[in-house]
Amino acid sequence: MSQLLDQKYMGGGSVSKEVAHRSKSGAASDPSLIPRYCLSSRQQKRLPLRLLVRSTVGRGTLSSIPAPRSEPTQPTMSQNGALPRHEKVLTVDTMNANVKKVEYAVRGPIVQRAVQIEKELIEGVKKPFEEVIKANIGDAHAMGQRPITFFRQVMALCAYPKLLDDNKFPEDAKNRAKRILHACGGNSIGAYTTSQGIECVRQDIANYIKRRDGGVPSDPDNIYLSTGASDGIATVLKLLTAGEGRTRTGVMISIPQYPLYSAAIAELGAVQVNYYLNEEKCWSLDISELERSLKAAREYCNPRVLCIINPGNPTGQVQSRQCIEDVIRFVAKENLFLMADEVYQDNVYAEGCEFHSFKKLLFEMGPEYSNKVELVSFHSTSKCYMGECGFRGGYMEVINMDPDVKAQLTKLVSVRLCPPAPGQALMDLVVNPPQPGEPSYNAFIKERTDVLSDLAEKAKLTEEILNTVPGISCNPVQGAMYSFPRIDLPERAIKEAKARSQAPDMFYCMTLLEETGICLVPGSGFGQKDGTYHFRMTILPPTEKLKIMLNKLKEFHQKFTQQYS
Amino acid sequence: MFRIQSLAARSLIAGAFDQYTPLTLTSLPSLNGVRHKSQDPSIERYGQMRFSTAEPKVAAGSLHEKMREKILSMETLNPHVRAVEYAVRGPIVIKAGEIERCLEEGGTKPFSEVIKANIGDAHAMGQQPITFLRQVVALCTFPELMDSPSFPEDAKWRARRILQGCGGHSLGSYSASQGIEQIRKDIAAYIEQRDDGVPSDWDNIFLTTGASDGIMNILRLLVSGNGSSRAGVMIPIPQYPLYSAAISEMDAVQVNYYLDEDNCWALDINELHRAYQAAKKHCQPRVICIINPGNPTGQVQSKKCIEEVLHFAYEENLFVMSDEVYQDNVYASDCQFHSFKKVLYEMGPEYFNSVELVSFHSTSKGYTGECGFRGGYMEVINMDPEVKAQLVKLLSVRLCPPLAGQVAMDVIVNPPQPDEPSFKQFHQEKTAVLGALAEKAKLTEKILNAVPGIKCNPVQGAMYAFPRIFIPPKAVEEAKALGMQPDMFYCLRLLEETGICVVPGSGFGQKDGTYHFRMTILPSTEKLKVLLGKVHDFQIKFLKEFSALEQLQR
Repeated sequence: MSQLLDQKYMGGGSVSKEVAHRSKSGAASDPSLIPRYCLSSRQQKRLPLRLLVRSTVGRGTLSSIPAPRSEPTQPTMSQNGALPRHEKVLTVDTMNANVKKVEYAVRGPIVQRAVQIEKELIEGVKKPFEEVIKANIGDAHAMGQRPITFFRQVMALCAYPKLLDDNKFPEDAKNRAKRILHACGGNSIGAYTTSQGIECVRQDIANYIKRRDGGVPSDPDNIYLSTGASDGIATVLKLLTAGEGRTRTGVMISIPQYPLYSAAIAELGAVQVNYYLNEEKCWSLDISELERSLKAAREYCNPRVLCIINPGNPTGQVQSRQCIEDVIRFVAKENLFLMADEVYQDNVYAEGCEFHSFKKLLFEMGPEYSNKVELVSFHSTSKCYMGECGFRGGYMEVINMDPDVKAQLTKLVSVRLCPPAPGQALMDLVVNPPQPGEPSYNAFIKERTDVLSDLAEKAKLTEEILNTVPGISCNPVQGAMYSFPRIDLPERAIKEAKARSQAPDMFYCMTLLEETGICLVPGSGFGQKDGTYHFRMTILPPTEKLKIMLNKLKEFHQKFTQQYS
Repeated sequence: MFRIQSLAARSLIAGAFDQYTPLTLTSLPSLNGVRHKSQDPSIERYGQMRFSTAEPKVAAGSLHEKMREKILSMETLNPHVRAVEYAVRGPIVIKAGEIERCLEEGGTKPFSEVIKANIGDAHAMGQQPITFLRQVVALCTFPELMDSPSFPEDAKWRARRILQGCGGHSLGSYSASQGIEQIRKDIAAYIEQRDDGVPSDWDNIFLTTGASDGIMNILRLLVSGNGSSRAGVMIPIPQYPLYSAAISEMDAVQVNYYLDEDNCWALDINELHRAYQAAKKHCQPRVICIINPGNPTGQVQSKKCIEEVLHFAYEENLFVMSDEVYQDNVYASDCQFHSFKKVLYEMGPEYFNSVELVSFHSTSKGYTGECGFRGGYMEVINMDPEVKAQLVKLLSVRLCPPLAGQVAMDVIVNPPQPDEPSFKQFHQEKTAVLGALAEKAKLTEKILNAVPGIKCNPVQGAMYAFPRIFIPPKAVEEAKALGMQPDMFYCLRLLEETGICVVPGSGFGQKDGTYHFRMTILPSTEKLKVLLGKVHDFQIKFLKEFSALEQLQR
């Protein structure tokens, strides 16, 4: 996989220019390498004509550029006469090695190819399909979901407060906008906010959490706004990463996982510790597997943190109360920091499933847990029913964090000044939506319900249709926005993939993209048990389009299986 | 040694520093071991005490918590995070916040409001947003407004064009990780125009979450190696502390080059050579960072100076990062902004085809001052294509910069044209902001230079004055007894007595034995006059208190 990614990333249109440049270096005796700048005008005159011609290439069209400097700065700085060899300062060999190891399949090579194909289609290239369907990323609006009207009204009012005089906007939207603006420096959304986030937004978030968790108290001082949840997750992992060799921080993540985690771990040079979800049991989390994984990891690193994604991405499972309690007991016993990625908390579709926040259960388990377990929970504006990814809004709540460390966290986030203020405003609306009796309430509830019931229907539909395909088996999509079906690949296809040094499911997804225009992410981008293959697809396209897509997928899978058996 | 000694002093710095004693003591040994700073021990030594953001009430409650061992404690925290410092939002700002709350709750102070001149936050200081920019953002946010007759056609046209480039025509979708394609093209066109036709390829443009984000990501690519091959990052002193913070966080080696205060904070090429040669002994200097116009120092680099820097980078094979976020903020009549890229181009193809350069811009400064949107871009020149692919990959992990910020950036690079309906108002607003800033730059310099013991270079550009202050030896002693930098002591006293919040020079770095503060020139002219008057009175009083006024007047 990584080999493949490297190959892909090596691609790029401007290579030829680069090669051309490189071929020049090394031959230091070539007078053309002497910077014109270092030469006196007399020396310049002595240069062969072709060199002078070349050195003006690219300037010809620029009439407004002043003539070459008549008095070059004295060449005093190259006293030794040695010419610098101009290899790049920054090459893949000299760059940060940790960055090289980062992989992020959700926007990896398959998506780059999809973008290319889209351009080809626009240019009129013939394809066996008319459009690319990007089911690779949980990007609701891009798939046609409409924004929640109330949210956008308030955001527009915040951006352009003159609209407060416009009688087309409802009073509750105006009141919210006024309240947010009042909390901004100079009453402008264009001012920096405090690094932790606007205070009244943090208060609203704390109130929301308290309501959600049946009264468990939440302190606004423990709330940090973030630039999407990703920013918060990467920041907390940064705090936790320390030690060298066997004492290096180990981060336990589920497999399959959302690749932000593996990417952040690679970038920080932490140690990735895998625990496997149980596909046979609807991707549930097994405590014995956590124990196995932890024990194995202690041989080579210092596992300090356990990351949980609930509802699951890419696996769509919703954790039971029992399971969450077991996890909390486990981290308490094993002294692990707990990170709960709960960005899909409103996305629960399956009957009998319910979202339980880690925090609520932690407090229900009594003070021996609630006073001890260090927990950070993450939320976002990008998912749920609003799907406002572009605003990059989010927050995290930190529980039981050492006050000194919290001060360090505040300091660390202050370097980036603040999360985007519009994203903060939006987060505020998510936690403080229209209330019964307010003019926008009914419309808001209708829009929200429509989105969520539509998603529930699509979750069901996806599972059903995929399970009719021989060679594909799909767990119920209990929550979140993705299905992660298992696919059987014929031996010959696996061989073919290996011959191309591609992961077999990457080969499958690439072929699918080329033949049908459907863009999915191979399971290998998320991690999976050896010898199993999957893909992740979002359930976000509109129902009609989703049906077409699933049927195309069905046909493709049958064809692919035949072709390689 | 940093223990806080007197009760009186405690009240002076209550809250902000209570946490400091343990923090400093625990971090000292590892700091010495972990960080490899080249010079300026003063920055290093006082750094640890500059930062603690814990609320006092948390600290009070922490005694009980301390009984249990935390998984994440000061001992087990990422040591590089511990080493990070960022004075612009440091303890003095936290203290200012406390005083503000105290005033709101009816507490009495010798002043009625806190004036935050610590940060370049134009709107917070009352600057009005550019109407056209906000119209476009509002239209993009709530496209139903396209039907509203109260929005001009040129704003609607721009909004439609931007939404065309958004997935599902919504600002709520993710954009490509480099940014919306149309906006990148607009930026490239803007750069070409700004640089009199020097070509700009939109494929080299990356939108960012404010310029800070771009700067961090480029540094992240550059930092590698171990021991004496660890990447060295050359930064000016005084510097904008994002740089030192990023360097600490990434455990790179900070290489200081000093700006010449006696020469209006100009960059001296000999000083670059000195810093480079000295650094080469213990690290591998790989990149030089330039801030032009300067923050906090306000100088605008001459073309000749930029040529020298580029020549130096070319000779020594250094990557160049030019922070040009204040490119529209040039006030002095004899100064002009020259982009590094344009100068590089004019130096001829041997330079233009080889020096690796990244230039940063932002929506937060200039005449728009839209800090909250976190918009910005960078242009990468001569970056190895493979590295560029790695950069795209790295950025993709964070998905995309905020779209509202991208929209704001687009308006800045593609403002109303003379034949468009909004041009007149736009032009008027822009000129008014920049004219007021120029006036305030002049005013600040003039008034400060009339204060005994304060000397201020001309504010040629950017948004700050960075005057040098004479701190009497007795005051220096008292500060040291409190475990504080003398200019921190000065600024805290200024805050306590006048409500004015400025940032001590030690937060930016300065020559040993010199003291400064950074103040923004952003308050309204009237307020700025009041502020400067208060600084004047405070300084006289301060000098008298430490019996140095007469000495100075002699």
